[in-house]
Amino acid sequence: MSKYSVVGRRLPRVDALSKVTGEAVFSGDIALPHLLHGKVLRSPYSHAVIRRLDVRKAQGLDGVMAIITASDVPGYKKRSELTFSELPHLAKDKVVYAEQPVAAVAALSKEIAEKALDLIRVDYEALPPVLDPLEAMEPTSPLIHQDLYTNIIPNPEPGKKDRPSNIAYHVKINKGDLEAGFKEADMILENTYRTQKVHHGFIEPFAAVAAADANGKVTVWTQSQGLFIARQMIAQFLDLPRNRVKVIPVEIGGAFGGKTYQPLAPLCALLAMKSGRPVRMEMTRDEVLKDSRPAPESIITVKMGVTDQGTITAASAELIYDAGAFPEMSHGMFTSSNVFCQYKIPNLSLDTKDVLTNKVPSAYYRAPGIPQAHFAIESHLDIIARRLKMDPLELRIQNAAVKGDTLPNGEILPRVGFKESLEKMAEYLKQKGNLTGRNRGRGIACGFWHGAVGSFGAYIQVNNNGSVNLILGITDISGSRTSIAQIVAEELGLPLNKVTVVIGDTETAPWATMSVGSLTVYSLSTAVYRACQDVKAQMGSLAAKKLGADPSEIEFSKGLFQVKGNTEKSISFTEIARSTAMTFGKGPVLGRGALDGLPPAPTLSVHAADVEVDDETGKVRIKAYAVAQDVGLAINPLSVEGQIQGAVTQGIGWALMENYIFEKGVMQNTTLLDYRMPTATDVPMIEVLIVEVGSSRGVYGLRHVGEPPMIPVLAAVANAVHSATGVRFKELPLTPEVVLKGIKQRDK
Amino acid sequence: MKINVNGRDYKIAAKPWRTLLEVLRYELGFTGTKEGCGTGSCGSCTVLMDGKAVNACLVFIAEAKGKAITTIEGLSREGKLHPLQQAFIDEGAVQCGFCTPGVILTAKAFLDSNPQPSESQIREAIAGNLCRCTGYDKIVRAIMNAAQAADKGRV
Repeated sequence: MSKYSVVGRRLPRVDALSKVTGEAVFSGDIALPHLLHGKVLRSPYSHAVIRRLDVRKAQGLDGVMAIITASDVPGYKKRSELTFSELPHLAKDKVVYAEQPVAAVAALSKEIAEKALDLIRVDYEALPPVLDPLEAMEPTSPLIHQDLYTNIIPNPEPGKKDRPSNIAYHVKINKGDLEAGFKEADMILENTYRTQKVHHGFIEPFAAVAAADANGKVTVWTQSQGLFIARQMIAQFLDLPRNRVKVIPVEIGGAFGGKTYQPLAPLCALLAMKSGRPVRMEMTRDEVLKDSRPAPESIITVKMGVTDQGTITAASAELIYDAGAFPEMSHGMFTSSNVFCQYKIPNLSLDTKDVLTNKVPSAYYRAPGIPQAHFAIESHLDIIARRLKMDPLELRIQNAAVKGDTLPNGEILPRVGFKESLEKMAEYLKQKGNLTGRNRGRGIACGFWHGAVGSFGAYIQVNNNGSVNLILGITDISGSRTSIAQIVAEELGLPLNKVTVVIGDTETAPWATMSVGSLTVYSLSTAVYRACQDVKAQMGSLAAKKLGADPSEIEFSKGLFQVKGNTEKSISFTEIARSTAMTFGKGPVLGRGALDGLPPAPTLSVHAADVEVDDETGKVRIKAYAVAQDVGLAINPLSVEGQIQGAVTQGIGWALMENYIFEKGVMQNTTLLDYRMPTATDVPMIEVLIVEVGSSRGVYGLRHVGEPPMIPVLAAVANAVHSATGVRFKELPLTPEVVLKGIKQRDK
Repeated sequence: MKINVNGRDYKIAAKPWRTLLEVLRYELGFTGTKEGCGTGSCGSCTVLMDGKAVNACLVFIAEAKGKAITTIEGLSREGKLHPLQQAFIDEGAVQCGFCTPGVILTAKAFLDSNPQPSESQIREAIAGNLCRCTGYDKIVRAIMNAAQAADKGRV
């Protein structure tokens, strides 16, 4: 029997009814009176100077209400010190990737807006595009941004500017003595692995609606993983104080890191201000693929030394990520805390570079940069296991990191359930039995996610019928509303239907960072737990007064406040709630909780993929897939399973089919038929083995859920394909064409 | 021209090259029908036309003339959810919810013609509906459960 009554139960999501009936409102569903339609003019070149940009003819078209270019952007005018690299929303003087926005139009109809785009005259002078990150790193390479200098972390000579470079970030980290570690090894193996650019594949395209009022305030409805970050982005663009921008949340039709960046909202807001009318903008799927912020290509070289007994003595990795045209983020920030963490490796080094090219900028996609790194490392370990004639799971169990080990970034690993997950997987596979049959194989891989934590506030408003409203400023992309409502119900002794989760707007909700990095439920649960304690303390002192006792004598259990040791003297949560709203009552109870500074709870995921390869066509079929993951405590097992099954399916798409195909930096496969994502026929049922080794941090022993199961998939599938065919693939995706070629070379 | 949506006739004055999707969403306000790609590749805009599942983004409004259209808003009757809607809720088959209306309507048309399908038949049937959140596992289970519930109901 669980010690909890609401937490830990497989309850339907609180938002499910609105979604099966079509009532749920997404940003493209927002309708306002006299709505204009906005469209974006995009660059056909991946690298070019804008010689002339003339909008006069378009301006004269009937029904065109506003046109904006970089010279209309208040944020650009004001901040003259802005560098090229900070101007992704509307190109100024130069375009650095194909489909980069150059101008935007608002008109009475979509058709008029599109016609206006045709009338905008842009004279480009094409420049040679830089498309290969290795070439881009050469000192002789053309520069993408003349004013960009490498951000070296840690920087041995702070403040020293060498010369501009296409290397945006360079992060180095070391532990132990690498050379000595390799000397101890009986075998040293070095390989280079490559992964392709992939998209988050959220089904809902970007859309935004904006309206400006006479006071110069602008209101924006947009699907954002962070309301307050969206507000900041829009306010900077418009050069408005943040309290003059209001962002209203809507449902988010899939995000996976891709809806942190706001490609439309700032443009939409400026068009609304300039036209004086509300404006709606929607991207086509083609635009979504070409101008959002997909995952970067990677080139990763791993060197690892092991003893004959299979003990890792040293490891190094050089990771190069193709950042695309703007330095949106540093992948080194993520590799430093997530790579080489799941094993005991006494001596190691990590060297991570983000290199600019004239391609669509890359940014956050479900564990940024980490599935790529794990494809390299976990493929590498698989090769080592085979050479040592060791069971791949056994090799991992032998080297598994445990509590107290020092991570590459110097942190000490807290309690983790890695060994428990490995053993659970070993037991599951034993039960299942060995895989038999021609062209079939099983692949094992593990993943480590350090986790992240945000800054969050939570309000709980007690209604006078004893129900509560939980007011948050964080949008729900993972089922967080339901999980958090379960915690409130548990703490306050209420049934789930007496908890209403309200995601407020930037004017009514407490601050929240973003729903990213599997941090939402983990961080929010602590803030919300504190708000519940605040509610109980306030209600408890009201109860004490009514019962004629001291607040310290009051205890709360099953919806009743009672005097300790006297079960006769009690009063219900509902009765007190009712009393607070009466005339001369004690005013409404509003609980408050906040969180900042909680350390994350590292989470590990262990995967096993069974595949069958058709040796006539090269097609890889995933026959079975299992995940053992320590989630600390599954607040809602339905949600946990759903997160894991979804991540595995995204990973399968990455491993087998998805790819950006470029020509001169212009993406060629811009429909969902050509950019193929997994359908229901491409995946099996996905077995989820939930492991619950509580974390020592945060409340309820929770860990992070959404990112970890994405991390091992690429390697698990590639290792399985090797096991089925004997061919080691070091580059993704494993399309039928690639696999067939590998099989033919094997048979030569 | 007249179309019938969810049992009610609507007189509309749309240009004949408008898609059924545009008319449903922007003229008639049935915004439960979603646009994910506009090229018939994702299935988010699936509605029923005379009982058959179609991508509303590929149907010109002229082709829908005189036809009976069912959108997600028309699936529940007198406040009672369709068994598929209930199964999607119970099984956790709904995550972001953007693909959900299309998947449910595809499944409805499919179960109407094949009330006792196998797992692989269900997977084939919904292969034109992309979902990026769930990995399809719980969606397939929900459809199986709805089929079984309906089967029990008949006995």
